[in-house]
Amino acid sequence: MDTLVGILNYLVFFAITAGIYAVLCLGLNIQFGYTGLFNIGIAGFYAVGAYTSALLSGPPPGPLDWRTVGGFQLPWVVGLLGAIIASGIIAFFIGLLTLRLKEDYLAIATIGIAEVIRLILKNEGWLSNTVWGIKHIPSPLHQPIEAGVSSFLKGHPQLSPWLIHFISNAYNWFYLALVLVILGLLYWVSERSIRSPWGRVLRTIREDEAIAAVSGKNVFSFKLQSFVLGAMVMGMAGSLYAHYAKFIDASSFEPLYGTFLIWVMLIAGGSGNSKGAILGAFLIWGIWAGTDFLTGYLALSATRVASLRVIAIAILLELVLLLRPQGLLGEEKAVSKMMGK
Amino acid sequence: MILEARNIKAGYGGVEILHGISMGVDKAEIISIIGPNGAGKSTLMKTILGLLKPTHGKIIFDGHDITGLDPDKIVRRGICYVPQTDNVFPSLTVEENLEMGAFIRKDDFRGRMKEIYGIFPDLKEAKRFRVRKLSGGQRQMVAMARALMLDPQVLLLDEPSMSLSPRLVKLIFEKIVEINKSGVGILMVEQNAREALKLCHRGYVLAMGRNKFEDTGQALLNNEKVGKLYLGG
Amino acid sequence: MSLGAFLALISLTLLRGLGIPGTPFGPLSFGLPMILAFFIALLLTGLAAIIIDRILYLRLRRTGPIVLLVASIGVSFFLRNIIQFIWGPQPQYYFKAIQIARKIPLLGIRIKPDEVFIIIVAALLVIGLHFFLQKTKTGKAMRAASDNMELARVSGIDTEKVIMWTWAIGASLAAAGGILAGIEDKFITPDMGWQMLLPIFAAVILGGIGNPYGAMAGGMIIGLSGEISTAFISTAYKPAVAFVIIVIMLLIKPRGLFGTR
Ligand SMILES: Nc1ncnc2c1ncn2[C@@H]1O[C@H](COP(=O)(O)OP(=O)(O)OP(=O)(O)O)[C@@H](O)[C@H]1O
Ligand SMILES: [Mg+2]
Repeated sequence: MDTLVGILNYLVFFAITAGIYAVLCLGLNIQFGYTGLFNIGIAGFYAVGAYTSALLSGPPPGPLDWRTVGGFQLPWVVGLLGAIIASGIIAFFIGLLTLRLKEDYLAIATIGIAEVIRLILKNEGWLSNTVWGIKHIPSPLHQPIEAGVSSFLKGHPQLSPWLIHFISNAYNWFYLALVLVILGLLYWVSERSIRSPWGRVLRTIREDEAIAAVSGKNVFSFKLQSFVLGAMVMGMAGSLYAHYAKFIDASSFEPLYGTFLIWVMLIAGGSGNSKGAILGAFLIWGIWAGTDFLTGYLALSATRVASLRVIAIAILLELVLLLRPQGLLGEEKAVSKMMGK
Repeated sequence: MILEARNIKAGYGGVEILHGISMGVDKAEIISIIGPNGAGKSTLMKTILGLLKPTHGKIIFDGHDITGLDPDKIVRRGICYVPQTDNVFPSLTVEENLEMGAFIRKDDFRGRMKEIYGIFPDLKEAKRFRVRKLSGGQRQMVAMARALMLDPQVLLLDEPSMSLSPRLVKLIFEKIVEINKSGVGILMVEQNAREALKLCHRGYVLAMGRNKFEDTGQALLNNEKVGKLYLGG
Repeated sequence: MSLGAFLALISLTLLRGLGIPGTPFGPLSFGLPMILAFFIALLLTGLAAIIIDRILYLRLRRTGPIVLLVASIGVSFFLRNIIQFIWGPQPQYYFKAIQIARKIPLLGIRIKPDEVFIIIVAALLVIGLHFFLQKTKTGKAMRAASDNMELARVSGIDTEKVIMWTWAIGASLAAAGGILAGIEDKFITPDMGWQMLLPIFAAVILGGIGNPYGAMAGGMIIGLSGEISTAFISTAYKPAVAFVIIVIMLLIKPRGLFGTR
């Protein structure tokens, strides 16, 4: 029984992380799946969201910290809003700069801004505390829930150990619910908007920019809206991550975790399909986390196994592109049909 | 007939533009295709050259079925093509453009190049210039010269006189006749319909992706209906 | 780029193992094996590029440019992690001896003999590329295809083959860059290519996408401005300087300094 609870607790932890990735995928789906915008600096927007939220809602710098700013201890919701706005602002400027030009420029600019953000986080101690990161980021409603749990456990001392084990994990269940509610909300908004006239214009732009332009749409403005919205969703994911992990530093936002995996997830699940984006996130994160266990079985060093996993994921991506370019789910028929009109 | 298109249907991404077009070019004949904008004239040229695959019909060249072959295969057999727009390599020099025209030739093509410079003496003088720097008329000559490097049996010209001054139009038409005299069959699309019909052996009128009229150039010029509908009265 | 540098390392160890004399040439810190390894690595990297092109890119080209971009990100993670799997993330050394810079009498500057070698090889590569693009049939076809792909096709040029050669040459040149950087720093790492990515993009944008001569000039400008910037700001921000240059270019002249198209 106890092992079962252990597995269950792990699954909750797994689902929270996968859920946060799913939010990132929905953000990328708005940019790439709907409008065809090529963002390879997802990690940058994700990091900006995480740090903004941590600085707004987190604790002031401790005595040993380099950091001198932030720590306003504002409510979590303010941190979340700040994250969304900050990522949106950066995306707005990047979009303004590149969305009128050929798609290569957007790719280069996004990879560039993500690198610059990473450099700033690594080097500007006053802001990010460099490699020591930002610690003790509060999780929303953490105190009341933990207090409730411990008083409940005190009141019921004769519970079996597995039940105690199960109940002590209550906060993670709460956080999972929070992530899933946000994910559900985003899914709903995303589905609604793509079926709206606005969404149809985005798809027309993706298929053939000239047609959209000829029919009198301001292509640039639509692209900018889509890019900024997608980046805002990525910033939201950053906030969700920061308040769950409680600790962030630049290493969480390296291109592998912050950008590459998300691309694999969206492509595998089905670009242009919100369900596919979510499915891809859970599936690929399942494969990724699942292969972590291999470390114990293979007679290889941890870094070698890590490389091996990236190699496997990269091969998976290429196979999907070659054999099933539309991804597992592909684009939904109902939406494609509307495109034709 | 050296080149014959039989009942061709073709289009772009599922939208049919040509609804069954037929036409032919005899050895060393000049054929003019005229018709309103959007009739499918350029589409027909692209289909003959293999840039578009017909969904129906056959293209026969020199007794062989070449339907559905890739452009480089068709070019090797002796049909060369000058597109309506973007028909030169602007960052290459004139001479390099001609060399690209002869890309698939393994033999020494300097003799052919000399002949072509004979037809277009202007180009010889400008051979080291980048085509980007040339005038519209000179570019059109580069485009035709490039297509002639393989010594084709049939040359497809898509609106060779487009946006040229009347003097240059006349010059280009003279060159076309000269090229034809050297034994090259010519299939050309023209907006300067009257001039084109005057110099061609036979002509076709296309509209809405279908054959409308077909006759000798002179007969089409005299045809009242053609005159009213397609030659502006 | 890392791939090339590491292939050079393999060849270097192999050649040393084969007993090819490793006595340094004159004042240089390396000898014949390094030179041979350089060429072997260039060839192998070109070959790797051709294989990847045939297996992957050739089939994906029909689907469109964005799919190719996605695929190439996958390839870059794939290659980098193969290198990391074999050698680990820590730096690998070509050689360890420290070289002392010497003063050039007339110019009054101090420079290491290895650096003179790097400059000469880079210059030779530039001249070689120029010769290739201007004088060979494949080189001209490459310029033609970059001008107008469809016209190249209707001229009978096998554009697939031209693209393949472009990949191979691009990859070999990247490998050469990686090896030269390795000679300068004495070591190579799996993510050296990633580190150079922004400066390379900046150089290409500065010179105008599709203009090899612009890219060479752009490379000089980016390299110099990166070094000069270290007088004012932390060296950690060298890549950020490249990004700032990209932003400025996109604002004022997105087609590049010498852009025509
Ligand atoms: N690449 C393309 N994709 C989709 N439709 C196209 C494409 N090129 C042409 N069309 C359509 O095909 C039809 C015929 O075009 P085509 O260029 O063959 O006409 P044309 O007779 O050459 O006209 P023009 O005199 O303007 O050159 C037009 O309705 C055009 O919109
Ligand atoms: Mg036309």
